[in-house]
Amino acid sequence: MSISVKEVSDISEADARRKSPDYLDQLEAEAIYVMREVAGQFERPALLFSGGKDSITLVRLAQKAFAPGKIPFPLVHVDTGHNFIEAIHYRDELAAATGSKLIVRYVEDTIKAKGLKEQTGKNASRNWLQTFTLLDTIEEFEFDACIGGARRDEEKARAKERIFSFRDEFGQWDPKRQRPELWNLFNGRIHKGENVRVFPISNWTELDVWAYLKREKIALPSIYFAHERELILRDGHLLANTPVIEKDENDQIVTRQVRFRTVGDMTCTAAVESSAATLDEVIAEITVSRISERGETRIDDQQTEAAMEDRKKGGYF
Amino acid sequence: MGEKQTFTHSVIQSFKIKQVDLLRFITAGSVDDGKSTLIGRLLYDTKNILADQMEAIERASKSRNVGEIDLALLTDGLRSEREQGITIDVAYKYFQTPSRKFISIDAPGHIQYTRNMVTGASNADLAIILVDARHGVVEQTRRHSLIASMLGIPHVIVAINKMDLVGNSEDAFLEIAKSYQELAAKLSIKDLTIIPVSALNGDNIVDRSANMPWYTGETLLSVLETVNVLKDQNTEDGRFSVQYVIRPQTEELHDYRGYAGRVQSGTFKKGDLIKVLPSEQESKIAKIEFGGNEIEEASVLESVTILLEDDIDISRGDIIVSLNNSPIVSQDIEALVCWMDDKKTLKPGNKYVLQHGTARSRCSIRDIEYQIDINSYEKLDEVESLKLNDVARIVLRTAQPVAYDPYQKNRSNGAAILIDETSNVTVGACMIE
Ligand SMILES: Nc1nc2c(ncn2[C@@H]2O[C@H](COP(=O)(O)OP(=O)(O)O)[C@@H](O)[C@H]2O)c(=O)[nH]1
Ligand SMILES: [Mg+2]
Repeated sequence: MSISVKEVSDISEADARRKSPDYLDQLEAEAIYVMREVAGQFERPALLFSGGKDSITLVRLAQKAFAPGKIPFPLVHVDTGHNFIEAIHYRDELAAATGSKLIVRYVEDTIKAKGLKEQTGKNASRNWLQTFTLLDTIEEFEFDACIGGARRDEEKARAKERIFSFRDEFGQWDPKRQRPELWNLFNGRIHKGENVRVFPISNWTELDVWAYLKREKIALPSIYFAHERELILRDGHLLANTPVIEKDENDQIVTRQVRFRTVGDMTCTAAVESSAATLDEVIAEITVSRISERGETRIDDQQTEAAMEDRKKGGYF
Repeated sequence: MGEKQTFTHSVIQSFKIKQVDLLRFITAGSVDDGKSTLIGRLLYDTKNILADQMEAIERASKSRNVGEIDLALLTDGLRSEREQGITIDVAYKYFQTPSRKFISIDAPGHIQYTRNMVTGASNADLAIILVDARHGVVEQTRRHSLIASMLGIPHVIVAINKMDLVGNSEDAFLEIAKSYQELAAKLSIKDLTIIPVSALNGDNIVDRSANMPWYTGETLLSVLETVNVLKDQNTEDGRFSVQYVIRPQTEELHDYRGYAGRVQSGTFKKGDLIKVLPSEQESKIAKIEFGGNEIEEASVLESVTILLEDDIDISRGDIIVSLNNSPIVSQDIEALVCWMDDKKTLKPGNKYVLQHGTARSRCSIRDIEYQIDINSYEKLDEVESLKLNDVARIVLRTAQPVAYDPYQKNRSNGAAILIDETSNVTVGACMIE
């Protein structure tokens, strides 16, 4: 027994001839639309650039959105001082290639200026401190919108966040008081001092990003591909062996063939063992991988179930 | 990375061969009808749950002594939701099957979150309305169906859930299906499918149920995979809201003026005669570009750049339309509104900013014609003000002319939002009639 009241009308000939757009085209068109809304609605937007694949994707989308013109906003990088050197080089080259202004602000400087206390010990991370530097940078340049590469599939709190995510003058996100976001009518009206975080690739999954990078033939920092490296083996995670990570006697130094799935702060970004040397191989590995990106490589979110929600409320990306 | 960036359209064309498209759907229903469980079930049965996510929900299920693993935990993300065991805000989940990518929008069921449901419904191609088989059609079913119909969601699936709790009885199903059809007759739902399911056991979700051999219709997933969303697009009326004007002002692109925007409906191609509204200037399309490269034509939802033959004054907020197919241009607008402000009420005389497409105009409310009781669908006259979650037909007058189409004919060019001028919050969702 099936009950179905289908509209009786044939697909018109024109529709039949028209192919449905590929999902990547649809996601791209939406992201470009969001980028242009930012340029149209705000006076001083910025693109937060981390050197990671999500923000590399954002830069490409911004180029397409405004071609043949230049991207009409600066790239801003909050540098923890714990970044992979490959990512930093890549950042500088990309900024030069796009002709965009690059603004870099250092967590180190914030720590000194504010007399902040850094976490110490073996799991110390500057991830949380980035928030201060970011908020200071927003204030310094009076940015009214900051474009970020967050995706809703990354994490549960992000799954609930709007594409135009309103922040009060302290940079805080209030999940209970989000603005309704209707159709594609984004409301970026704010008072002075407030700002909006904008996430054009909210609806992309990790795999979509990889597929897009491949389709667009975008070169990536080398650490995304398999390479041999000295690593710290700690609680089953492989961390880059660098002086910025404090080691103890339980840590083992090993040499493995690895790649990174995200290239955040070295202190909280773990490597995965891999032999994938090309984008195709990376995509193949991810497609069969049974572990999500954050679960696999982000050490900071595993500490409490609500870690990200708490950080976002405090003004994190 | 050093060399010049090139993005050729042919690369993009070659990717169209695979033809995997996107479907956005919303799940609605009362609290505890099983929305979160249903999404969890879809993710689980289509093998879209990753090992560590599974471990995390197993851990959480154990710590709360719920016995079996609770698939609802996959979507209930915020701490306050976990504490109260309810869904507060719209949560997005992503999964795919070989034929489609899905964006699922899990919206809260409580009446005080009606605005969140409207938010989720505004972008949906399809709605799944859950009904508890033990309770049948209830107030929330009526309310959510009205919202789905009002927001013009083209496809509705009514999933009669928890069939296991009514002995998988065909009679129980038929009775609820009949009363739902009576309700639907009062609404405009284009494509309705009613399916008996058990989200908990996975019956008729991805796999056909052995417990309900009498049901010979499609499973929920098979409907999701096959509904035709192309047909839902308005391919007739050329509409293009200008978002931004691209003016590189470099030496070689000295006179370049490109209008950046997204095709809201219809198609545009080189040589088309167009009109710019509200200024009524006419011109011809000289060129359409995507990512700096010329393309032949642009159709619905594509983000492109249009160049015109004449040097006319166009800026953000203007709309480019096909010359012989004009929307209505007026300062007097009648619309259905869903009121979303929990602090202030809407009253005649109040002033707001109306955002329609990329245009913003101040407006004042002239009249509340009638309110619609979202549970009984009755029209209530002589209503003085609207409070949170009220739906009404209002009349408003804008400071500048608005170039709109009726919402039911053109979802993209018939939608608008009201913004509070002092708080800047989005306070109303308008469907222009
Ligand atoms: N017996 C039975 N219980 C179900 C079914 N679907 C959901 N439930 C239970 O109903 C309760 C509410 O489900 P939940 O998904 O949280 O509902 P929501 O509030 O609509 O998201 C949970 O205890 C589920 O396990 C079903 O098909 N059969
Ligand atoms: Mg729920």
